[in-house]
Amino acid sequence: MKTIEFQAIYVMWLREMKRFLRSKSRIVVTIIQPLLFLFILGSGFSTISMPGLDVDYMHFFAPGIVTMSILFSSMFAGVSILWDKQFGFLQEVLVAPVSRISIIIGRTFGGATTALAQGFIILIIAIAIGTPVSGVIGLMLTIIFMILIAFSAVGFGLILASKMRDFQSFPIIMNLIVMPLLFLSSAFFPVTQNETMKTIAFFNPIFYMVDGLRGSLVGTNNVFHPIIDLGVVLLVCIIMLFLGSYLFSKSEA
Amino acid sequence: MDIIKTTDLTKKFDKLTAVENVNFTVKKGEIFGFLGPNGAGKTTTIKMLTTLLNPTEGTATIAGFDIIKQRNQVRQNIGIVFQEPALDIELTGEENLEYHARMYGMGKDKRKKRIEEVLDLVDLQEKRKVLVKNYSGGMKRRLEIARGLMHYPTVLFLDEPTLGLDAQTRRAIWEYIKKMNKEEQTTIFLTTHYMDEADYLCDRVGIIDHGKILVMDDIINLKNSVGKDVITLACDDLNKLKNKLEEEKWISKIKQHDDTLTLGVEKGDEKIPITIEIAQKINVKIKSISVRKPTLDDVFLAYTGRTIRSDEQKINSVNSMPPRFRGGHH
Repeated sequence: MKTIEFQAIYVMWLREMKRFLRSKSRIVVTIIQPLLFLFILGSGFSTISMPGLDVDYMHFFAPGIVTMSILFSSMFAGVSILWDKQFGFLQEVLVAPVSRISIIIGRTFGGATTALAQGFIILIIAIAIGTPVSGVIGLMLTIIFMILIAFSAVGFGLILASKMRDFQSFPIIMNLIVMPLLFLSSAFFPVTQNETMKTIAFFNPIFYMVDGLRGSLVGTNNVFHPIIDLGVVLLVCIIMLFLGSYLFSKSEA
Repeated sequence: MDIIKTTDLTKKFDKLTAVENVNFTVKKGEIFGFLGPNGAGKTTTIKMLTTLLNPTEGTATIAGFDIIKQRNQVRQNIGIVFQEPALDIELTGEENLEYHARMYGMGKDKRKKRIEEVLDLVDLQEKRKVLVKNYSGGMKRRLEIARGLMHYPTVLFLDEPTLGLDAQTRRAIWEYIKKMNKEEQTTIFLTTHYMDEADYLCDRVGIIDHGKILVMDDIINLKNSVGKDVITLACDDLNKLKNKLEEEKWISKIKQHDDTLTLGVEKGDEKIPITIEIAQKINVKIKSISVRKPTLDDVFLAYTGRTIRSDEQKINSVNSMPPRFRGGHH
């Protein structure tokens, strides 16, 4: 690969960083929102006992919240390529003497980096307020899961961006597809008590993300062994990235 | 050497033919303009020449490289200022230039030196550290011109460079375009629907309408083709006067519009009394009469049978909204 392609990847990444660091409101909202969930929902639910849950609710809930924060901000980063389309900046990028794939790689890394930064902040806060850590290997596996979640969601965002014309349909997709999947992912409550929910969960990619993160970070209340989750999430990640970059390079050709 | 050369360039969208068998060449150092109303196929032509769209038929070469087969070499050789602003408004002016330079593979020292040069050229040194979202429309345009020049392109494409700018800013942009053409010997291909813009900037223009080039020549030749002088007159019976005047040998061209006649003549001021005399003989009452040097409007009128302005009024009355949501970032 020529150096100019690396330059392009770097520029696209750097641009995401600069834009992210400059939009203070975006940082605040994306960090505050999961924290509100963590503290308000967390302290609310921890007072009632849930069937199938034998540990402190906060410990169960923390991996779910980390997944949620990474999912949302990565997806937004992927979809935000629509802004570039709408504001014309994409044209400027597309006439540069670099390949489409470098542009997509750069953007994907940029989006994933910002999402992971937020994810780590939530993770550190969650650990600080007492979420137990299963061990060093568990923590490393947690980080791998976080990275895979980020890239999968950016890929999903790219798929959306290539199929959407403007931002109007974005809230609809968030509310009608992503939120229900998140509710059925065991992020907020165990899904193993109800057979129907359990069956649905097994077809839900977000379930494997939450379950894997929970299994590796806390090591309790996970349904599958983290390695099985890892396999599924890795597969999802590859499919999302491949489909996202393929559709996106097609949509602009 | 021909910097741009097209052969039967054609683009069809479904059933609509946006550009049809367009052939032209642009020479090194020239300012060449595509003049035509909205929807004539100007932007589509630019998009094909800049590798954003594939032609349906035909091809073109830019600096000797084929726009279909040698895309990257073409891209390396061109700079573009799009019709719609294409800047990252969350970045500063300088950052926009720097990122552009990196994408074109310019090294650090070269980049730094060039940023100074282009900022000087468009007088944006003071605003370099300001976020682009705080720029005015004219400043954004200037920055885009600077960016288009960053990588020393052989040819710079300007798509409606002064669309939506006020009169004063337009003048300033024109000066920058002239300056870069002179100082950097950049070949310029621009599209416009403003007659005065084409007249002021271009060495040569092609008049394009419904995707076809109707005529292409130096501006002086085009104007002379209409007549040395143009007499415009209004009277109570246009048809009658027109029929009578058609017998006169000294009128090179005669054209009837809604409520006026235009005559292409030589030594126009001497012909006014003669015209009035003829009218009086056949009892036609002249309401007003004037003589002037021909403008590109007359040329456009002569080749298309209508003025660009009347076209725009039609479009505006049908659709008062701008062609595209421009985002509230002005």
